[in-house]
Amino acid sequence: MCLGIPARITGIADAAAMLAEVDVHGVRREVDVLCVAPPDAPLEDLIGSWVLVHVGFAMSRISEPEARATLALLAEMGELHEELTAMQDTGKAGGSHAVQ
Amino acid sequence: MRFSEAFRDPALAEKLFTEIARTAETLARSRKTPVTVMEVCGGHTHTIFRYGLKDRLPDTIEFAHGPGCPVCVLPMGRIDDAIALARRPDVILTTFGDAMRVPGAQGSLLQARAAGADIRMVYSPLDALELARKNPDREIVFFALGFETTAPSTALTVLRAAREGIQNFSLLCQHILIVPTLRALLEQPDFAVDGFIGPGHVAMVTGTHPYEFVASTFHRPFVVAGFEPLDILQSLLMVLRQLEAGQARVENQYARVVPPEGNPAALAAMRQVYETRPDTAWRGLGTIAFSGLQLRPTWAAFDAERRFALTPHTVADPASARCGDVLTGRIRPTACPAFGRDCTPDAPLGALMVSSEGACAACYDYEGARQVA
Ligand code: SF4
Repeated sequence: MCLGIPARITGIADAAAMLAEVDVHGVRREVDVLCVAPPDAPLEDLIGSWVLVHVGFAMSRISEPEARATLALLAEMGELHEELTAMQDTGKAGGSHAVQ
Repeated sequence: MRFSEAFRDPALAEKLFTEIARTAETLARSRKTPVTVMEVCGGHTHTIFRYGLKDRLPDTIEFAHGPGCPVCVLPMGRIDDAIALARRPDVILTTFGDAMRVPGAQGSLLQARAAGADIRMVYSPLDALELARKNPDREIVFFALGFETTAPSTALTVLRAAREGIQNFSLLCQHILIVPTLRALLEQPDFAVDGFIGPGHVAMVTGTHPYEFVASTFHRPFVVAGFEPLDILQSLLMVLRQLEAGQARVENQYARVVPPEGNPAALAAMRQVYETRPDTAWRGLGTIAFSGLQLRPTWAAFDAERRFALTPHTVADPASARCGDVLTGRIRPTACPAFGRDCTPDAPLGALMVSSEGACAACYDYEGARQVA
């Protein structure tokens, strides 16, 4: 939850809602980009850039070498797998009176 | 050597180890006790143990593993509150996976789920909100955890829920702040930490200015650090050099991610949504004034405590647990009588044994075999 995970912004999902699509090591998801949105430019300018994502929110823009080094470190520490699993299993039911 | 692949630049790592040893030797000449440096953040704690950095450092340097792991300072009573909400048949309780195994007085969220409560792990508060959209007949409560790193995300999710008019979403808010906590530690008369390796991802949000008091009022060096082993070594050396020169300043080793002013949009969202609580309980540290966040009255509709008229539980920490002494750097994890006996990662007694960012779990995982023999 506390370590950010580097992701590349691949598209804008909903500019009015500040949602972009990212690719995190092959896993796609929507993230909130309000905290990294360029103040005087269209959100589309973010496409192709790398960001550090914390719990579904892009919190910082980073360089590509920084992103790759961080991904390698997270992979080595076993944290990458953990984060990707958390992303893929998010919201799944487990209790007895669960609603899908 | 197991470190070599870990460093982006092994030659630089060697240079740093040499320079750290030299500085430590100079410092040792003018003092009787080892230099104690506290890494505030649990992510740093994990890296230090994972790469065995301590093994390569002189004995005259000690790490104290600080309180910056939100799971590790989650008080038992708060887990009990979450379980009480999750037991309501109309509620789906959502939270980060890290919180699931933390023991409360009534067991953990994982145990409550096995007993039938509808508890779901989410990656993001946005996913909890999505559950609210998809299940209009259920109440979705997000058990919100974390320091300034994750607090803006929850704030932005509340603002999003308000914009969309979503009525079945609320927070059990357990967001906490690192700045008042550092102050509380520094005010303890026997707090024997000489300098700090500062939390990089908290500072990414807060900027570096809020830590100036550590240097100006309490005369301790404070170096905001990144998460790679090299970052930690470099930051440690920066702390030692300040000590050698008799200085105390805030420095930023992680400038590639941390701007001095932090993230203005994240800070604005936090100010808009939260106010500080007069008192917040921390596991192992007791109550620290104004260290926790709650929703401002404007957002009362999203506050699960009001919505479900929750009476908060308070529970004393188990007597044999020395978590507080570990968190303040008074003892090493292995000096706790419960370590590796009544308290293991599979059956944790204290929360420092739950997360891989907790000092006791990290110590057990990477040094355990050597220590508990
Ligand atoms: S070993 Fe367990 S009880 Fe003792 S300090 Fe660590 S987490 Fe707390």
